[in-house]
Amino acid sequence: MRFGVVTFPGSNCEQDVVHAVNHLGFDAGHIWHGDTDLSGYDAIVLPGGFSYGDYIRCGAVARFSPVMSEIVRYAEAGRPVIGICNGFQILTEAHMLPGALLRNRGLKFICKTVHLRAEESACRWLDVPAGTVLRVPINHNEGNYICDDETLARMRENGQIVLRYCEPDGTLAEGGGAPNGALDDIAGICNERGNVFGLMPHPERATDPMSGGTDGAHFFTAIARRVAEVAS
Amino acid sequence: MARFEIYVTYRKGIFDPPGATAERALQNLGYAEVEQVKIGKYIQLEVADGTPEARVREMCDRLLANPVIEDYRIETAGEA
Amino acid sequence: MTLETLSPELAPTLAVELGLKLDEYEKIVDILGRVPSLTELYMYSLMWSEHCSYKHSRKALRMFPTQGDHVLQGPGENAGVIDVGDGWAVAFKMESHNHPSAIEPYQGAATGVGGIIRDIFTMGARPVASLDSLRFGTLDTPRQRYLFEGAVAGIGGYGNCLGVPTVGGEVYFEEAYEGNCLINAMALGLMRKENLTRAVAAGPGNLVLLIGSTTGRDGIGGASTLASQEFDEKAEDKRPSVQVGDPFEEKLLIEACLELLDAKLLVALGDLGAAGLTSSASEMASRGGVGLDIDVTKVPQREDAMMPFEIMVSESQERMLAVVTPENLAASQAVCKKWGLLSTVIGTVTDTGRFVVREGETVVADMPAATLAHDAPVYDPAMERPAYLAEVQAFDPMTLEHPHTREALSATLLELLASPNICSRHWIWEQYDHQVMLNTVVLPGGDAAVLRIGDTGRGEMSERGIAVSADCNGRYCYLDPYTGAQIAFVEAARNVACTGGRPAAITDCLNFGNPEKPEVFWTFHQSVKGLADACTAFGVPVVSGNVSFYNESFGQAIYPTPTVGLVGVLDYVDDHCTMEFKAEGDAIVLLGRTRNELGGSEYLKVHHGMVAGRPPKVDLVDERLLTELVVTAIRTGIVRSAHDCAEGGLAVALAECCIAGGIGATVDAEGTLPAVAELFSESQGRIVVTVAPEHLGALKQLAATHGTPCTRIGTVGGDRLRIGTAADVSLTEMRDAYLPTLERLVHSDETLQSEELTDR
Repeated sequence: MRFGVVTFPGSNCEQDVVHAVNHLGFDAGHIWHGDTDLSGYDAIVLPGGFSYGDYIRCGAVARFSPVMSEIVRYAEAGRPVIGICNGFQILTEAHMLPGALLRNRGLKFICKTVHLRAEESACRWLDVPAGTVLRVPINHNEGNYICDDETLARMRENGQIVLRYCEPDGTLAEGGGAPNGALDDIAGICNERGNVFGLMPHPERATDPMSGGTDGAHFFTAIARRVAEVAS
Repeated sequence: MARFEIYVTYRKGIFDPPGATAERALQNLGYAEVEQVKIGKYIQLEVADGTPEARVREMCDRLLANPVIEDYRIETAGEA
Repeated sequence: MTLETLSPELAPTLAVELGLKLDEYEKIVDILGRVPSLTELYMYSLMWSEHCSYKHSRKALRMFPTQGDHVLQGPGENAGVIDVGDGWAVAFKMESHNHPSAIEPYQGAATGVGGIIRDIFTMGARPVASLDSLRFGTLDTPRQRYLFEGAVAGIGGYGNCLGVPTVGGEVYFEEAYEGNCLINAMALGLMRKENLTRAVAAGPGNLVLLIGSTTGRDGIGGASTLASQEFDEKAEDKRPSVQVGDPFEEKLLIEACLELLDAKLLVALGDLGAAGLTSSASEMASRGGVGLDIDVTKVPQREDAMMPFEIMVSESQERMLAVVTPENLAASQAVCKKWGLLSTVIGTVTDTGRFVVREGETVVADMPAATLAHDAPVYDPAMERPAYLAEVQAFDPMTLEHPHTREALSATLLELLASPNICSRHWIWEQYDHQVMLNTVVLPGGDAAVLRIGDTGRGEMSERGIAVSADCNGRYCYLDPYTGAQIAFVEAARNVACTGGRPAAITDCLNFGNPEKPEVFWTFHQSVKGLADACTAFGVPVVSGNVSFYNESFGQAIYPTPTVGLVGVLDYVDDHCTMEFKAEGDAIVLLGRTRNELGGSEYLKVHHGMVAGRPPKVDLVDERLLTELVVTAIRTGIVRSAHDCAEGGLAVALAECCIAGGIGATVDAEGTLPAVAELFSESQGRIVVTVAPEHLGALKQLAATHGTPCTRIGTVGGDRLRIGTAADVSLTEMRDAYLPTLERLVHSDETLQSEELTDR
């Protein structure tokens, strides 16, 4: 199992993802944004950070990097593509996922550990039972997910809502509990096919009990298991 | 050189936190007449003479604005 | 073509306008043997400013111990570097960005972070953490809230984008900082020892390469002139000279420079900070004993018609200066290009020892390079003990009426927990990415931040860790600068020790008023002496630092504020300790002794509105033994939690342990002191630890060998904090007081009145 982690100019979590994945016993390699060869990778991760300084809009410039057209093709083949934080923003800018991520409602950057509830979804890269509560850090200024009503209805119908911000006991807060104001408490979504997955929380920050817990490990081990299933 | 001026704003119905914050602050300052504040982006684009507006529109659609959340308006400002 | 010098009549006047004194101007004429050119005069005026030359502080700073077996680089370089074992080295430094931040808090704080981070990777170290020590006026005016919110947003905006975690810091709100806020930024970097790089130019014929941003008029004379004069109403007019930071460009610079150093492509690397190209180039040349020949027309400019002197002193951000051999030029430029950075050859290294600046063919400056960097006059400012001291020190807090019923003392405890100087700082650090790089083991909010040592990029991890804390209570320094500076040190040492770190070295940022005033300079001298004595007693050297003078507004100086940034080492990061109470039934032990010391306390300020008395006494021998005791107790696994007693005294320390652990405690007050002193006295040399009951004997034995008083004062458990008959509060009451204060104060903007806004 080999993860490919893309570095855009301004990415700053690519090393963390590689380290976390290695720590979990999987192989990983760096992919420079100007490269176009994705052979040898079983899953692609677009990591967090501030690609191109988040100038114009988060992810707006990175989506035009040479590697992105290859990633579109990779996703069209049904293979795993995961966007974390800035990676999620890039996936929406590239229209690989619906909606957009606006500035946090409180106008403040937020870095803290939150509770997430796994939803009943089409996402193939998270295999905890629906309703499971996970503790994973968030770290962003633009995580306020938005889409139009029609898209939201379609996503609900297709099981594209993967993760929602919740209370420690798994219930949803009355009137919305997302720290960033996200629509419907949405923290992570996938495409209809379930192979392109974007999430604002940083699972790589929760893979080691000494620094942030272990709930984030699910995200990487699930991919590895599914990839192994397909291969066998 | 020709100059275009582009105004990018959030589409109707999209919550604009900086705008809402400015709105509340102005009202708190006693400007009771303030009904709504929208905050957007202003882009000044200098291009070769004769560049058609359609081309500028394409630039907006692809990069300068995100049609999912933003509207834009292009004004021709003439010679740069 | 010969150099065009200024007219001998005009030059002295211009020199004075640029902030030089007449005898300093005469010294320049002596050095050159002629009247300087316009460019030369500008370059000398900046390099000989207080900010760049340390001309008032240099002598006093010689009191600091700077040596040690583990010191790889002491003061004088871009940052200090210590050996932390197993081949790893840590580079660190703290620097002020007070004056720019008072004018534009977001950009001022952001570029402060940018500058200190550049100092770190210049040394060949990857920046791995930053901390910020902040001072504002009290938050009851919109202006102070604007400064506070802006500075916090700026620190986050810059550091978050870089992917360097902001892991700690401190903030105080005092009237004394109302006209002059303090923004002290500290950064740490990690490297393998052999990668240590110095900014020493060498090799005549080598090329001088400017990397990064274009050069504009922004910040001309910014940091250096702003930081070398007092603030007055004209400060607002200086706004255009405040630089704007571009953290994206800096992130690219970090990656490109570390890649260049890794590939051993560079002879030297230096960053462009205050006084821009002038300072960077002249320091590099003088350290290497070589000359430089620079052509300003080669410098990529973002504005039209810039004068040579403007290019030489511009403080445009995110620029680095490198020296490369002609053979390595192409490879070096290829790395820069890969990261999307401009890199331009702007000159050559020469063997003349002269700094020559030309505009194309025309020479516009030609002077001995070393005289810019090292020949600034050194002053011995007059000193005089300030008159106010006798009065404030004579005050005896026990002459006041103190609360003595349980209700009143409990209410006072809650009042202290809600005080802006004590309450939870989570509102601040939740705006900072404090986890990126995955090495933050103890998050902000603890006594000190603890970082795992290792380079995830190369998969080189170690078992070691570093602990770091920044501390200074300016109020103590105001009441007694010698003792106050020592308290800054011992508090930092205790904080680091409470996490398991052995104090190893410090950096400092010495913030004071106008040194030309004898009373101000006396407080500076006393503080340096106090800090130097503390360092010597602990065997902990000063490896880097910064002096910020002229922190005054309308003639009123800030509290003397010698901020200490202390770095400690953990041999096994796994052994680290945190402050929160862990388990029901654990014994609570006070190491050290409480005295009746309410002078300068937060209690006195919050409850009586007074800043007076003598600050708590410091016994450096006891303090050192205490830190050694705690480090050993943590290392051997005897203690489960450790927390330093600081502002608010024992009661606040206990409450913080309860809030963090989500569990209560029952404590016996010793009873020999008045209740108010038992609870709120700020005696130094005290740490609250918890141990499993079966380890109590071992702790007592260990404490006895260190000669440290060790008293079991209570037991962890329940959902209330009960301190004898003196105080009884619930966890909920404590949380409600402690957690929301900062957010509530910042959001009092909702009631903003229009007339208040004009004072922005």
